[in-house]
Amino acid sequence: MVLFKGQGTADLGKPWRYEEDGLTVTRGCAWSPPGCHPTGCGIKVYTNKEGQLVKIEGDENHPITNGRLCVRCLTIRDYVYHPDRIRYPMKRAREDRGKNRWERITWDEAYDIIVEKCNEAKEKWGADSILVIGGTGREGGPMLPAYAHSALGTPNDCYTQSGYSCYIPRVAGTTYVLGATYPEMDYAGAYELRYDEPTWQLPALIVYWGKIPTASNGDGLFGHAAIDMMRRGSKLMCIDPRVTWSCTRADWHLQLRPGTDAALGMAMLNVIISEELYDKDFVDRWTYGFEQLAERVGTMSVEQAAEICDLDPDDIREAARAYATLKPAQIAWGLAIDQKRNGMQAGHCILALEAITGNIDVPGGQLIGDVNDGLELGFGWNNLGPELQSKIVGIREYPAYVALVLAAQCDMVLDLLEEGDYFHVMMIEDTNLLAGTCAAQPHRWHDAFANVDFCFGVDVWLTPTIQSCCEVFLPLSTTVEHDTVVYSHYGASPIMAGAVNKCLEVGEGKGDCEIMYDLGCRLMPINYARFKDYYDFLEFYRLGYSQTFEEIRDEVVHQKIETLGYKKYETGHLRMDGKPGFNTPTGRIELYSTMFQQFGEDPLPYYIEPNYSPLNTPELMEQYPFVLTTGARTYCYFHSEGKQIPYLREMNPDPLIEINPEDALKYGIADGQWVKVNSPHGSGPFDGAIVLKAKVSQIVKPGVVHAQHGFWFPEKDSEEPVLYDVWRSNINDLIPHFMVGKLGFGADFKCMICSVEPINENYDTDMQEIWDRFGKLVIE
Amino acid sequence: MRNGLLIDYEFCSGCQSCEIACKQEHGFGVGKWGIRVLDEGPWEIDEKTMNWNKIPTPTSLCDLCADRQAKGKLPTCVHHCLAGVMRFGPIDELIVEMDKKPNQVLFVPGPYTCK
Repeated sequence: MVLFKGQGTADLGKPWRYEEDGLTVTRGCAWSPPGCHPTGCGIKVYTNKEGQLVKIEGDENHPITNGRLCVRCLTIRDYVYHPDRIRYPMKRAREDRGKNRWERITWDEAYDIIVEKCNEAKEKWGADSILVIGGTGREGGPMLPAYAHSALGTPNDCYTQSGYSCYIPRVAGTTYVLGATYPEMDYAGAYELRYDEPTWQLPALIVYWGKIPTASNGDGLFGHAAIDMMRRGSKLMCIDPRVTWSCTRADWHLQLRPGTDAALGMAMLNVIISEELYDKDFVDRWTYGFEQLAERVGTMSVEQAAEICDLDPDDIREAARAYATLKPAQIAWGLAIDQKRNGMQAGHCILALEAITGNIDVPGGQLIGDVNDGLELGFGWNNLGPELQSKIVGIREYPAYVALVLAAQCDMVLDLLEEGDYFHVMMIEDTNLLAGTCAAQPHRWHDAFANVDFCFGVDVWLTPTIQSCCEVFLPLSTTVEHDTVVYSHYGASPIMAGAVNKCLEVGEGKGDCEIMYDLGCRLMPINYARFKDYYDFLEFYRLGYSQTFEEIRDEVVHQKIETLGYKKYETGHLRMDGKPGFNTPTGRIELYSTMFQQFGEDPLPYYIEPNYSPLNTPELMEQYPFVLTTGARTYCYFHSEGKQIPYLREMNPDPLIEINPEDALKYGIADGQWVKVNSPHGSGPFDGAIVLKAKVSQIVKPGVVHAQHGFWFPEKDSEEPVLYDVWRSNINDLIPHFMVGKLGFGADFKCMICSVEPINENYDTDMQEIWDRFGKLVIE
Repeated sequence: MRNGLLIDYEFCSGCQSCEIACKQEHGFGVGKWGIRVLDEGPWEIDEKTMNWNKIPTPTSLCDLCADRQAKGKLPTCVHHCLAGVMRFGPIDELIVEMDKKPNQVLFVPGPYTCK
């Protein structure tokens, strides 16, 4: 089979910086902004003598992306020189919140104001009265705890999505059950020869479970690696309530009802165990609690699961047998698992599937990082001292959540914000939570921000979130304007680290690492005074002093072959004490989790219905006849980002709701017609409802609808109360607050119920308006 | 020998990098494309099978990136294709590749002969 991969070859072997046709070309890896996960795709940045960005191309030297590049990086120039981009620090008076009364200031003045407000809060109410809220993916995302603990000196950082319904429930589950962070599918990322490396094995089967890696590149996984492997012969299985394009290339597609993954997982385990298709040797030597697991999953018959999941029982059996017998097999399990109140148990099932089939830490299976290879966890935490540490919100109520990620339980944070007089200073770093992204009930968050005395925001854009509540704006630089380091899976996976190279400057933006360093030097010298400059700090924080920045800049991409190893449970590389086994209390993969038990959770997987569902709330189904799932990834947007980039907006101008043709006919909805959507918790502007544009398609089954997330309209009035029309199509206003799992994790973002009703109004985006407003770039 | 674009649409994921790379290269505004991904599906063939093909299709504006070719570079759509399903070259070479597997399409863009 011929692979048309590594298409460009013209610039193979070029150094990190070179000249071409009078332009300077700088090779580097992209992270953010624009928002993305730390995939670190290879880019070539062409700048002219005036230091202006002329164009961006994919770098064929990159061992994983080979010159390929997605639309979000292909439009970096439009992002960098966008007329709406905020290029300088700004301030405004508190009474001017929501108004365009910003005034340009210097970085020094901005920092002085922030330092004064933080010190005042510490003195009057204690450091825990400072709250840092952050978003996902962008470089600032994983820096959230460090911003709070190390730089501002507060224990209270918060990812605002009810139940921390993004990645961390997965990581918590794997930490407790497996003793390691999320085990990524192995796509030979650390090998120079990649798929041709002889010690690596092509997976016989790839499973996407609640994930579209090709569009999401979740957590730094280059999703199209799966296509590379399929073209070499890997089979695909998709477990997804929607028919994604990938599902049509899969041999098995289990189109389950949203939110029923744990039932399916238990039934698959049941089949594999009862038919003795599991890896007996691995189970005997390296797992704990197999008998109890077998007994528990025995309570979930295939027929019962089929009923719950709305699947054919034979399809479940066939999928379970295929997964157990095709070796190696790898599962990419996604956000959908996090977005349910018992997602932890679904995750537990998936881990158990991986473990009992012997797919953990083997070539072509699931990768685990070397225990000595983690980075930056807990930076600044110890120096807070026990008194402040005890004031992180939720430490007593939800220790399995708060103590693990060192972040305040977010649902409790909203309650405290609403009560008022608790948080007095707030930092909004890299999050646009009001725009239907990482918060349930964003209206409530919006209103609660009024109770905070002083807020400051860090972003590239004047987002509706920052516009609504901040007094100071700190401008971020983009991925081509600062020096930093990107690493796949936030450093936890033995794949690669890459240099994010500064190529130009626009205005006075700074990167997240530099802003955190600046704030830390001013507010928490106990953590920052030891660094001689920003680069010294960067080498500590991002590279663990394993390399200098100059070294990785020369290399551009550092494949982490030195930390790659398989079956590390035999070699002692999974435990700090160097003993063989897994980093769990029993030293084994805990199919029966002693940690869950310790936290008061059931030690074995179980299934519960979504809070609202045809089975759990049948009395509501007449009024809300649809199962609502939300937030599937698109190529053009990273959550709320990209709406103001004309080429990206053109790909998906309006927020869509997918509805099956049978349902559309029944409810009188035409393809392209706008509809009102509501739920039992609707707090949108149309009597609780919001409006979306119908896409009539067999992508979803009858009875299920899927709504897009993350919409705001940068072409609209930015001032309150319009606020870029952020409420018009805000799907998260339909999602309930604080209906989470027992350990504080997981909320039903992807398994609600809703009504859908056609309307006569038309809210179609005028692309000419977008082009006129945003197509003319501002190049100084 | 004419040059063409050979596209393996069995594995085109529909990422639209070809569209945007082309717009950037040629400075096309919104509403103009040099290549477009035709979205043929999904529709049900039978209860277990869906038809869905994404097929990058050059438009009348496609010049196969003549400027880039002059510098020894590939057309930008081919270079950036995330799934790596596009190949550029003389059609006699592409036809050999085309014979190796089904679900491929060969485009030979150029000025219309009727005008």
